Amino acid sequence: MSDTSFVRTEMLAEQDPPPTSVGVIGWLRANLFPNWWNAILTVLCLAAIWYVLSGLLGWTLRSVWTAGSLSECREVMIETWGSTHGHACWGVINDRWLQLLFGFYPPELYYRPILALLLLIAALAPVLFADKVSPRLLYVTAAYPFLMPWLMWGGSIWTPVGVAAGFVVAYLVGRALRGAVAGLVLGILSAIIWWMVWFGFPVQTEVLAAGLGEGLAAISPDTAPFLLETVESRKFGGFMLSVMIGVVAIGCSLPLGILLALGRQSNMLIVKAICVGFIEFIRGVPLITLLFVASTLLNIFLPPGTNFDIILRVMIMVTLFAAAYMAEVIRGGLAGLPTGQYEGADSLGLNYWQAQRLIIMPQALKISIPGIVSTFIGIFKDTTLVSIIALLDPLGLSNSIRADTDWNGIYWELFAFIALLFFIACFGMSRYSMYLERKLKTEND
Amino acid sequence: MATMTDPPRESFRLSMLIYDTRYRSLTIQVIALFAFMLLVAWIISNTVQNLASLGKEVEFGFFSEPASYDINQRLLDYTSRDTHLRASFMGLLNTLVVAVLGCITATIIGVLVGVARLSRNWLIARIMTVYVEMFRNVPVLLWIVFAMAILIESLPSPRAFRGENATQSLILNDSVAITNRGVYVPEALFSRSLGDVRLFGESSLRFDVSLDLVAIIAVLAASFFVFRRIRIWAERVQNETGNRPTTWHFQVAVLVVPTFILLAALGFHLGKPELKGFNFAGGTHLRNSLIALWIALSLYTAAFIAEIVRGGILAISKGQTEAAGSLGLRPNRIMSLVILPQALRVIIPPLISNYLNLTKNSSLAIAVGYLDITGTLGGITLNQTGRELECLLLLMLIYLCISLTISVFMNIYNKRVALVER
Repeated sequence: MSDTSFVRTEMLAEQDPPPTSVGVIGWLRANLFPNWWNAILTVLCLAAIWYVLSGLLGWTLRSVWTAGSLSECREVMIETWGSTHGHACWGVINDRWLQLLFGFYPPELYYRPILALLLLIAALAPVLFADKVSPRLLYVTAAYPFLMPWLMWGGSIWTPVGVAAGFVVAYLVGRALRGAVAGLVLGILSAIIWWMVWFGFPVQTEVLAAGLGEGLAAISPDTAPFLLETVESRKFGGFMLSVMIGVVAIGCSLPLGILLALGRQSNMLIVKAICVGFIEFIRGVPLITLLFVASTLLNIFLPPGTNFDIILRVMIMVTLFAAAYMAEVIRGGLAGLPTGQYEGADSLGLNYWQAQRLIIMPQALKISIPGIVSTFIGIFKDTTLVSIIALLDPLGLSNSIRADTDWNGIYWELFAFIALLFFIACFGMSRYSMYLERKLKTEND
Repeated sequence: MATMTDPPRESFRLSMLIYDTRYRSLTIQVIALFAFMLLVAWIISNTVQNLASLGKEVEFGFFSEPASYDINQRLLDYTSRDTHLRASFMGLLNTLVVAVLGCITATIIGVLVGVARLSRNWLIARIMTVYVEMFRNVPVLLWIVFAMAILIESLPSPRAFRGENATQSLILNDSVAITNRGVYVPEALFSRSLGDVRLFGESSLRFDVSLDLVAIIAVLAASFFVFRRIRIWAERVQNETGNRPTTWHFQVAVLVVPTFILLAALGFHLGKPELKGFNFAGGTHLRNSLIALWIALSLYTAAFIAEIVRGGILAISKGQTEAAGSLGLRPNRIMSLVILPQALRVIIPPLISNYLNLTKNSSLAIAVGYLDITGTLGGITLNQTGRELECLLLLMLIYLCISLTISVFMNIYNKRVALVER
């Protein structure tokens, strides 16, 4: 009787995993060819990608860059490749890219929109990247709303300075009467008086309205220094116009949206009813009808003789539109907060505005960042709608470029260029929102 | 000796309206109401003055005047001699047509893409991500004009279908022609038709209802009712005896047979498009404007729906699947009884708000010349009659009604599926 049992006393060394389950092959097997069904799909996808990319890359790269017209482009294509099919004519972008960016803004003044854009970046930096940029740049942010119209429309520096000084006056008066509700009222009143004195006009709504728009230069003292050449609104266009409308709408809609959301949440019946009515009305109609209102109806609603700038009217309408959507997003954030937060704020003895500013809003806004940014993206994309009321945004310009006999019949190159610009801007915004979400993520949630 | 427990009653002072929290909200509301009414009064008085100086007055009589413009894509009969009201009605129907078509296709594409983005297959997930980012980050108006340009520029003209050596031919058993003037699809014809019933007489809202269609719908509804009854009966039998009777062949027969008998009785056949002269005749002509708008809106909205579906599926924790499995449910029952009801609660509200967005975005039809309600009432009618105020207010009111109707349905659904919190 032999003892055949065997007990291993030493551990075996770890073996390497089989070579087919690690490295490139392992990844391919796990992610592309896990079973026959997925393998077929993968091969089909690869074929589709090859088909699309070969066509698209060939079209993009084997292209004509220098040509003054479509017919010239086609001649070059015939000479080089023997056919006009499957080759892009980037000559149109080469020829008209400045127009697509700036519209009909006078070329010798291009430095002004460029400067405005650089200042915009400087003004946004301390807001977007608060932990990486010097907080002193916030002064640029504060000055930007007054500098931008001056740079874009031109006129005297004293107009924006006067408008800004009005806000300073209001702030100082409000501060002097600190804690009193009357301070708010008196502050606003003193600002209005300041503006009346500064511009030396009796209160006439049409003048005030004109003062906001293209009349910036017309109503300011001619003797002032820093007089920039006036540029009329109808010369604005291209991507510059989209960015302007987008930035104004985005900048103004956030505070307005917060107020509307608070109004909708409040327990004051009348305030709530007004806010709900406004939000539901704006959200119930398409933006294009509001733009029609801006282009045809707004002048009828304002005092007789008022005729202010179409771009300003569009900005107002897009802002109101954005504010209603923003209000709903922020309301979602407010609703997402546990009631304990409100009660906690109350138990600390904070009043309504203190509680909102210190406890509620920081959390509610943090919850709603994805929604807020997707509203921003939506608004920026919606600025293309102004082409329907004959403003020359990139899409409107693409039509007018096509109306030129030189470039009659050119589509894809223009669309690709415009789409690329919008894609970069919108994709950048959505990536930023992801970055912000990661940055603000705390342990507790 | 009496001790005073109550503080002395303060007499009312005016400043208490601001500083006393008991009265402050009242003060603010009264001020808000006054400000709001002042604003409204100001706007109305401005409008009245402006209209008076323009020599206009608010009246809707222009609706009964002849529209004298043509609407080439329409559902009902319409000629340019019809009234503006009829034209607007056609426009409204066109809006609804493109909205409904768009919602259906956007949902189908969106769900497929949303599921595919979660695929184990790396390549498919990446392709779907590219699709979603591409459509979400480029304006819908650009997609619409782009789709229109593709249809006009890259499709063959009807001439290519003609002659002995035609370069193009009809697809799907010679029944569908895709040309740069639009798509021609077969139409349903009935040789023993029951005829039409005209609702609302000869007024601008006249509406021809095909009795054939009514009959088909009635039969389908009846079949569906019987179908449901069979299932309920089977369930009762199962509850009583434990054995479920086999019913699927009855159910299929109930659904299919009556409809086929009816179609045969009505003499159903397809009217195929045929090349006559320089263009196609017969069949239903879907114009490029409709197709472009439909494709662009569907693909654009589908990208948003895909993200919603993906989020909804990801929102259900894996523990739910595992718990259901430990109860002994089979995978398809897990999906239909556990995962879907919970995922739908997350998916449906944003889905409906996307339907709403699609409906509102359909107003961009004006960019490709599809005459929807914005193109008729807010476009040509407005320009011809010069009645901006009436046309635009009415246009907004119509969109508001559509939106509010959809919102009401959404709220009803939300109430039904809301979690009951304790």
